[in-house]
Amino acid sequence: AGPTEIMKWNGWGYSDSRFLFNKKGQAEFTGKRYRLSGMILPSLKDWFEGTFGASLQHKSPATVSAIYIYFFNAVQPPTLNEAFVEDLKSVGIPFSHDAEDRVFRAHGHCLHEIFALREGKVGRVPDLVVWPNCHNDVVKIVELACKHSVCLIPYGGGTSVSSALECPPEETRSIVSLDTSQMNRILWIDEKNLTAHVEAGIIGQDLERLLNENGYCTGHEPDSMEFSSLGGWVATRASGMKKNIYGNIEDLVVHIKMVTPRGVIEKSCLGPRMSTGPDIHHFIMGSEGTLGVVTEVTMKIRPMPEYQKYGSVVFPNFEQGVACLREVARQRCAPASIRLMDNEQFQFGHALKPQVSSIFTSFLDGLKKFYITKFKGFDPHHLCVATLLFEGNREKVLQHEKQVYDIAAKFGGLAAGEDNGQRGYMLTFVIAYLRDLGMDYYVIGESFETSVPWDRVLDICRNVKERIIRECKERGVQFPPLSTCRVTQTYDAGACVYFYFAFNYRGLSDPVHVYERVEHAAREEILANGGSLSHHHGVGKLRKEWMRETLSNVGMGMLKSVKDYVDPNNIFGNRNLL
Amino acid sequence: MAAKPPYSHRDPMLKKRDDFEDILEERRNSSDLRYALKCYTPVVYKGVTPNAASLLKTTVLQSDQLHYVVDQLSKETGVAADVIQEEASAILEEMAHRQQLSTVRFFAFTLSKAFKALFRSIHVNEEGIQRLQQAIQEHPVVLLPSHRSYMDFLLMSYILYTYDLVLPVIAAGMDFMGMKFVGEMLRMSGAFFIRRSFGGDKLYWTVFSEYVKTMLRNGMAPVEFFLEGTRSRTSKSLTPKLGLLNIVMDPFFKGEVFDVSLVPVSISYERILEETLYARELLGVPKPKESTSGLFKARKVLSEDYGSIHVYFGQPVSVRSLAQGKVNRCHFNLMPRHIPRRPSDETQCFVNDSAYSLVRAQEENMVLKPWVLLASLLLQNQSQGLLLDELTEQAVWLRGLSREYGAFLNWPDHMAPSEVVSSSLSLHRDLVKISGGRVQLALGGQGPRQPCSSPITEEELMNQAVVVLSCTSYRNQALHVFLRPALLASAIHIATSAKKEEVYNSFSFLRNMLSNEFILCPGATLQDFEEACYLLGKTGALQMSQQEMQVTDSGQKTVNFLTAMLDPFLQGYQVVCRYLCEEATEALTEKQFIPAIRTFIVRLILAGSLRYYELLSSDLQKNALAALLRLGAIRKIKVADNVTLKVNRLMVNSLEDTLGGKLPTQKAVAARL
Repeated sequence: AGPTEIMKWNGWGYSDSRFLFNKKGQAEFTGKRYRLSGMILPSLKDWFEGTFGASLQHKSPATVSAIYIYFFNAVQPPTLNEAFVEDLKSVGIPFSHDAEDRVFRAHGHCLHEIFALREGKVGRVPDLVVWPNCHNDVVKIVELACKHSVCLIPYGGGTSVSSALECPPEETRSIVSLDTSQMNRILWIDEKNLTAHVEAGIIGQDLERLLNENGYCTGHEPDSMEFSSLGGWVATRASGMKKNIYGNIEDLVVHIKMVTPRGVIEKSCLGPRMSTGPDIHHFIMGSEGTLGVVTEVTMKIRPMPEYQKYGSVVFPNFEQGVACLREVARQRCAPASIRLMDNEQFQFGHALKPQVSSIFTSFLDGLKKFYITKFKGFDPHHLCVATLLFEGNREKVLQHEKQVYDIAAKFGGLAAGEDNGQRGYMLTFVIAYLRDLGMDYYVIGESFETSVPWDRVLDICRNVKERIIRECKERGVQFPPLSTCRVTQTYDAGACVYFYFAFNYRGLSDPVHVYERVEHAAREEILANGGSLSHHHGVGKLRKEWMRETLSNVGMGMLKSVKDYVDPNNIFGNRNLL
Repeated sequence: MAAKPPYSHRDPMLKKRDDFEDILEERRNSSDLRYALKCYTPVVYKGVTPNAASLLKTTVLQSDQLHYVVDQLSKETGVAADVIQEEASAILEEMAHRQQLSTVRFFAFTLSKAFKALFRSIHVNEEGIQRLQQAIQEHPVVLLPSHRSYMDFLLMSYILYTYDLVLPVIAAGMDFMGMKFVGEMLRMSGAFFIRRSFGGDKLYWTVFSEYVKTMLRNGMAPVEFFLEGTRSRTSKSLTPKLGLLNIVMDPFFKGEVFDVSLVPVSISYERILEETLYARELLGVPKPKESTSGLFKARKVLSEDYGSIHVYFGQPVSVRSLAQGKVNRCHFNLMPRHIPRRPSDETQCFVNDSAYSLVRAQEENMVLKPWVLLASLLLQNQSQGLLLDELTEQAVWLRGLSREYGAFLNWPDHMAPSEVVSSSLSLHRDLVKISGGRVQLALGGQGPRQPCSSPITEEELMNQAVVVLSCTSYRNQALHVFLRPALLASAIHIATSAKKEEVYNSFSFLRNMLSNEFILCPGATLQDFEEACYLLGKTGALQMSQQEMQVTDSGQKTVNFLTAMLDPFLQGYQVVCRYLCEEATEALTEKQFIPAIRTFIVRLILAGSLRYYELLSSDLQKNALAALLRLGAIRKIKVADNVTLKVNRLMVNSLEDTLGGKLPTQKAVAARL
């Protein structure tokens, strides 16, 4: 079964793509898959050492090789439900209980999960992995699971950052990971209605590529789209970078088919909107694998955009930047994507600039810098950058671009070029690789997100960043942490804010515990400042403790009663959410 | 910033306190002019935006908060919004400070001259200043000095100027505005003026609170105000006022700032400038309206010796740490934050508790001079006085006791006790007389009346009372040190048995009864009781078994001293009760209460049946009334324009008897209280 060779088992993404410091102490990004691949990043080392107080002399490589875990019995032998396995064989659905397959599906990408893997620590893992090939296979598997009382955990792309894939240690039944990766076909495309019917195991980039071949796209581009699956998006209420044009997953979905222990749930038609009581799709979206397996989805598609243009704007400070985004949202003229990085992220982005090819480019860069800091008087320690992506027909894009830049100018924003914008979006995909580099040098980190009303954006950014710094200090972190944020989505009534935080853990005996306490404190701070528990990462098990105060007792009761009806024996026993 | 609460009870002897530096010393050795013109470049809050100060008024006038209230008032009253906005603008104009460096420099110069003439030294704990400097850079800071004198806020600004710290903006009472020129000078030195009462005036409240919050949010300057609301005329800390504390905490609750640092400051005067002024005021000589000429009549004052001042900048208290687990900030999630709302009960309760612990933090770091101990002893021996040797011996004993209880005593240990005593007496020679080796309060005539001696006039009585009340204001400085053990000692005294439970009931009764009189945090009865037991036990005055508590033989002296310290208060409350039961008519109005009770007490003293002159203090009388109102023994009834006091005689009577130890603190009474 495919991905385990191409993908890292104890880090992010493709095995061939990683950051490293070469013999000259320069950072480079290996592989051929990304724009940054094969490039030297001359300023990363200084930024890295300067920001974290880290040093290339102090390495903390992963302590075990894959071989150690898989062949020396670090992984507990599977608890198999023989009757279930027999029946599975008889219906001809492929399965495996190889340690490698099981470990690969026992985790998402939370810091503690990856950290443990690097140290060779493996907790409870699924006892069996099954690969259904289609909706009917899933129906059979779920029936058998009910019949033999095994616990099912659906697995899509494995990019969860909410501990959703962790096997509950208290689970005594046999745990079966239901891997949807073989259900990856587009079943039909309806050009009259602009919809496509797709199997839910398809991975984002494949879906987009296949549709592109037909001249269409979904426009749904979460940062994880290289690896995350359609079913996973539905199960977590995912959000895509270009939601301003295409909408979030709840706007894109027309029809969902889900297999539950009670049977299959789906609507009877493809009407674009219905008034038929509460929308049952909303029980499914965000259910995080607790109710069943999403097998097929009909979703909206759009003709591929004729023209795309990146852009960027420099603001003298974060406050002005937020005010500009707010105005853009007020005028409802947000481009496909608009994101605002704070000063620390701006500096970080700078550190990832590849070696410039010619003296001319470096001269130009110098000129730009001179213009902004000296001529325009921007303080390099306060300025911040918004990155933009426009899409559509060329004429409209240009018009739209002008409108946005005009608004930006009112808030002191200066257009800073396409290149900066494009690099900003490219970084989205490589930033996850960077954490692995950090972990090689005693630096651990993570990102988390929230959504918040406009009037609180500045307050929440300031307070959460400060809280992180303070908590790190109080918990004995020896070096100042990186604590930074960006506004990644705009809505009519608020924004989505992302926080990044990382620190050098040299001198700490239990860095993951410290990390978790700080993240916990940061989440409390978010909630106290009027932020939501999650904008799109979901709850999983990581944020469960705050669900009751988030939803009220009655709200919890409603969700519980749905769970109790749909899955009375807790077959879908990943214990997320509730 | 330390997360520990500002006050916590451990062995008080172990309290660590900073050392002091005399800031006048340098003033005596170098040019005041150069000092006033020195380069002044304070460090500022890291979040402060340049030009913030000049935008202050506009920010307030354009705030969402103000707009909301203006619109609302306009809808309610039908008055055009811009008229109300104008009104708001006028209020702000009347209120706002206009701090300017030149005025500050003027004050720096003149105050240097005045302070050198008045005081021997001004001691400041420099470590506290360093902590403050740190705090100012990190978070918005609120300075909370104790309030005993007009001097306080000028002194504060003077000190901050001396140490190159950002000058505070000070909330001052509108009464200063009466002093034309001085009012404006104060305004230019950083004072802003608030009306004494504006309870129902929404517009005023909004302008005022927005003004304070804007300064805080932007971290322009430390905001300074007096928790006690007004100068304490008795040197006892006053029950804190919550309004401004609520306002300065609000930006934190709403997430507008990460944190707010509260810095309690204890200012102790060896001799209070307003000493006799306060005594007269308490005795009912009406307070002279604050006027410029009045303040400068104090010219005579300049030729006197007022000893030293100690200013202790306490540990900054983080509102965030204080509120941890006590205030749920999510409370504000569901409404726009600019819409005014009453604070929740939870918040009210938190602010109240914080206010009490902050006042206690002020009390804790008040520096006590030897004279404070002498005044306490002399007041307990009014009739006979004490031989100088006796006084010295007792003072040394009391020095030991007060240190055991954690007093911040400034006793020059390098001097012989007798020297310390005589130099203290000489500084306060207006209040004591020494004849034939016997030290007594300077009451004139033959001292307080013995029941059998010839009657004195009411005027003589009042003159003597001025001396006694001046003296009590020094004793009161030490009350917070002895208060809890004294409550326990008195409780043992009035309890019907030595059973711990019984004593606790009495303690709880007394504490409850006197909680308008002293700083006793609400809901901390058990904690106070334990603290008192610990202190009395530690000095060997009390022996405790599972069930019983007994005063030891060696502890008798301590217990007697403590009981005697509280006795005037218990007597005072009983007299108030007696008056209400025996003399008060149905038509007694709130306004008549003080004069009537005063006449009653004068009569009792002249008749020789009451010996404590300090019961003439209107402060005690008001507190007793407030306590009885709180306990429901009196109710206020509004009749036309007057508020009359309806007395529940049965209850008042039983309170009186319980205070006098004639009636056991029945559980029933205790429960009802």
